[in-house]
Amino acid sequence: MGESAQVSAASHRSIPAGDPGPVATRRGAGGAFEDDVSGRTWRSRVSPFVGLAPFALYTLVFLGIPALAIVYGAFQKPSGGFTFENLRLATTGIYRTGYETSLELAVISSVVPGIIGLLLAYAIHTSKSTNLRRIVSTSSGVFANFGGVPLAFLFIATLGTTGVATTWLRDLGIDPYQHGFDLYTLSGVALVYMYFQIPLMVLVITPALGGIRSTWREAANNLGARSWQFWRHVGGPVLLPSVLGAVLLLFGSALSAYATAQALTSGSIALTPIQIGTFLNGNVLAGEQNVGKALGFGMIVIIMVVMLLYGILQRRASKWLR
Amino acid sequence: MKVLGNRAKADWSAPLPAERAGASVRLSGLRRSFGPTKALNGLSLDIAPGELVALLGPSGCGKTTALRVLAGFETLDAGHVLVDGQDLAGTPAQKRDMGMVFQSYSLFPNMDAVDNVAFGLRMRGHAARARRDKAGELLDLVGLAVEAKKFPHQMSGGQQQRVALARALAIEPRVLLLDEPLSALDAKVRLQLRQQIRSLQQRLQTTTVFVTHDQEEALSIADRVCVMRDGRIEQVDAPADLYARPATPFVAEFVGTMNRIPGVTESGGVRVLGRLLAMRGEGTTNPGVPVDVLVRPEALSLSDAPGSDGRGIVTNKTFLGAVTRVQVLVEDGLGVQVDQPSEEVATLALGAPVGVFIAAPDVLTAERRAPAAFHEAPSN
Ligand SMILES: Nc1ncnc2c1ncn2[C@@H]1O[C@H](COP(=O)(O)OP(=O)(O)OP(=O)(O)O)[C@@H](O)[C@H]1O
Ligand SMILES: [Mg+2]
Repeated sequence: MGESAQVSAASHRSIPAGDPGPVATRRGAGGAFEDDVSGRTWRSRVSPFVGLAPFALYTLVFLGIPALAIVYGAFQKPSGGFTFENLRLATTGIYRTGYETSLELAVISSVVPGIIGLLLAYAIHTSKSTNLRRIVSTSSGVFANFGGVPLAFLFIATLGTTGVATTWLRDLGIDPYQHGFDLYTLSGVALVYMYFQIPLMVLVITPALGGIRSTWREAANNLGARSWQFWRHVGGPVLLPSVLGAVLLLFGSALSAYATAQALTSGSIALTPIQIGTFLNGNVLAGEQNVGKALGFGMIVIIMVVMLLYGILQRRASKWLR
Repeated sequence: MKVLGNRAKADWSAPLPAERAGASVRLSGLRRSFGPTKALNGLSLDIAPGELVALLGPSGCGKTTALRVLAGFETLDAGHVLVDGQDLAGTPAQKRDMGMVFQSYSLFPNMDAVDNVAFGLRMRGHAARARRDKAGELLDLVGLAVEAKKFPHQMSGGQQQRVALARALAIEPRVLLLDEPLSALDAKVRLQLRQQIRSLQQRLQTTTVFVTHDQEEALSIADRVCVMRDGRIEQVDAPADLYARPATPFVAEFVGTMNRIPGVTESGGVRVLGRLLAMRGEGTTNPGVPVDVLVRPEALSLSDAPGSDGRGIVTNKTFLGAVTRVQVLVEDGLGVQVDQPSEEVATLALGAPVGVFIAAPDVLTAERRAPAAFHEAPSN
C-alpha cells in the first residue's frame, strides 16, 4: 500500500524544531571536526560512514537502479532504440489529464490537511490534558497508516450512494448527493485522503510545536506583543520550515497514493499512479509498452521540481538557523 | 530613562536626573496556590523607586511565582500588585511595561540581536529607523555592538543574556524583572554580568527585582535582600544587616556560613563553650533547654592557652586572603569554623591545641539539631 510506505518514511524524518539547543552541543560538533584535522587515522574518518553502508546499498538497489531503469525505458522503443514518442504520449490526452488531476489532488490533499492538522496539533499541544495528548498521538499513528482498500470500503459503506450516513441524511431530508457531493469524484477522493493525511500532519508537526518555547511567548508578551503578534513574528517563522517539510511529505503521500483511489473510483478518474498501475497489469496497446515508464519518469520530474521549490523555500525560511 | 545615548556612554557615573527615577512597587498579601502547594502564602513587600531588591530563597519557595505575578503571567488567588500606586489587577502582561529577563533561552531564535532588542519597540509601533538606533545603543551599552547581526544560536550564553537584558531595557520598563538571569552561566561570566547589571541599574535607576537562590549574588547586588521561605517573607534587610543580624535561624543559616554549636539555656541567657551569653531573636527563654547557638566564623576567636571549655585541635586551614578559615575539632566530634586574620594564624600547625571562644555579645539560637556541627549555606 503506497500510503503505508509514505508514513513509515514520515516517522523517520527529523523535522527541525527551530530550537538551536544548548551552546555546549554545538561546541561539541566543532570539537569532533578539530579532532579530524589533528590527524586521526583513516579509520576514525571512515567509520562514521560504515554504519550508513546498508542504507546506501538498500537505496541503490531499490531506488537508484529502478529509477535509472525507468528513465532509460522512458526513452526506449519497445523494439529497442531511442525515442521521444513515449514521452509525447505520456504528456498528451488522457495521460496529461492524469497528471493534472494527480497534481490537483496532491495539492488539495496536502495543503488542506496540512492546515487542519496544524491547527489540530496546536489545539492538542496547548491542552493541559496529557491523556488527551497521548490518545491523539497514538490514534494518529493508527489512522495515518490506515489506507487502501479497507479505507475505501469504509467510506463507501458510510458515504457512498447507499452508505449508512448517506441513507441516514437522506431520511433527514438532506441528500448529500443532491447537493453536489459525490464520493467517486476528485473531491471525494480528496476527502478520503484527509482521513490519513490529517493524522499524518499531526504526527509530524507535533514535535515541532514542542520546540516552541513558552519563554518565547512570555518574553513576547512581556515586550508588548499580543498572541497573534507572537505568532506573526516569532512562532510562525520558527515553525515555518517544519510546516513546509510536513506539507511536502503530505504532497508526496497524496501524489503517489494508489490503492485507495483505485479501490474507490475503479479508475473512473484519471490519476497517474492508477494509469501506471494499468501498465503494470499488462493492459497495454501494442507499441505503448514503455509509456508507463515515461509516466513514471514524469512523476520523478514532478517530485524533483517540488523538492527544488521546497529547498528554496526552506532555505529562505530557515535563514536564521545558519 | 529618556536618553541612553552619548551622555550615558561618556560618563558611567553621571548623576541621575530626578525624572528618571523608577516606579514604586507594592506587593500586598499575595496568595497563589497550585493544588495543595502554596507557592505564595501572603507575601507583602514594598519596593522604593530605583531600588534593586533581591528575592532570595531555597528552591520552590515561590520566587519565580512572585515575579510572574508581577509580570502578569500568573493570576493571584488574593492580594494586590501596585505600581506607582496603581493596581495592576486588570492589566494584561503585554500592557504592564515590565522588562523581564528569563533564566535562559528566551531570545527569539529567528531574529538577530538587533531585532531581538528592537522587538518591544516594534510592538509599540516605533519607526524602523528609530528602533534600530535605540537597539544599537542598548547593545552598545551591554558591550555587544559587534554581535548585533548574530542570531541567538551564534552567541554564547553570557552574550545571549546580555542581549536579553538589553531587550528588556529597550522598552524603558517601569520595573525590571530578572529571574535567575545568571544561573546558566559560568562563574566568571556570572560575576562580570552581575556587576554590569548593577551598574546599569544604578545608572538608569530602574526599579528592579532580582530573583536568585545564590546568597552571595543577592548580597553583592541588592540594595535590600528579601529572604523568602515557603511562599512568604522571612526577612527583608540591607545585605550588611541581613548578614550581621539575621532575624531567624532560617535566615542565619541561609545567608553566609554559620556554625551550630550546642548550648543549654539558663535564666540569664545561653551557656555555650563554657560561657554565658545573652540571647536574641525568638528562641526559647525557658532555662535548661538544649539548643544550638548560631555563630558566624568571624564571631569566633582562637586562643592558644586553652581553658577547660572550648578546647580543640586544628584540623584544617583555608587561606582566604586577609583572613584564614581555621577548622577546629572541639569536644565530641564537633567541628567549627573560625575566621582569623591570616597573619595571626600563619604559624598555627595542623593538630595544634587551641581554645575556641565566642567573641559576640549576644547570639541567635535555634532548636537543637542532631549531628551536623556547622552549616555551609549553598553557594549556588
Ligand atoms: N504552574 C505550576 N503548577 C503547579 N505548581 C507550580 C507551578 N508553578 C509553581 N509551582 C509550585 O509552586 C512552588 C513555588 O514555585 P516557584 O517556581 O515560584 O519556586 P522558586 O522559588 O522559583 O524555585 P526555584 O529556585 O527552584 O526556581 C513550587 O512548589 C512549585 O512546584
Ligand atoms: Mg524559579
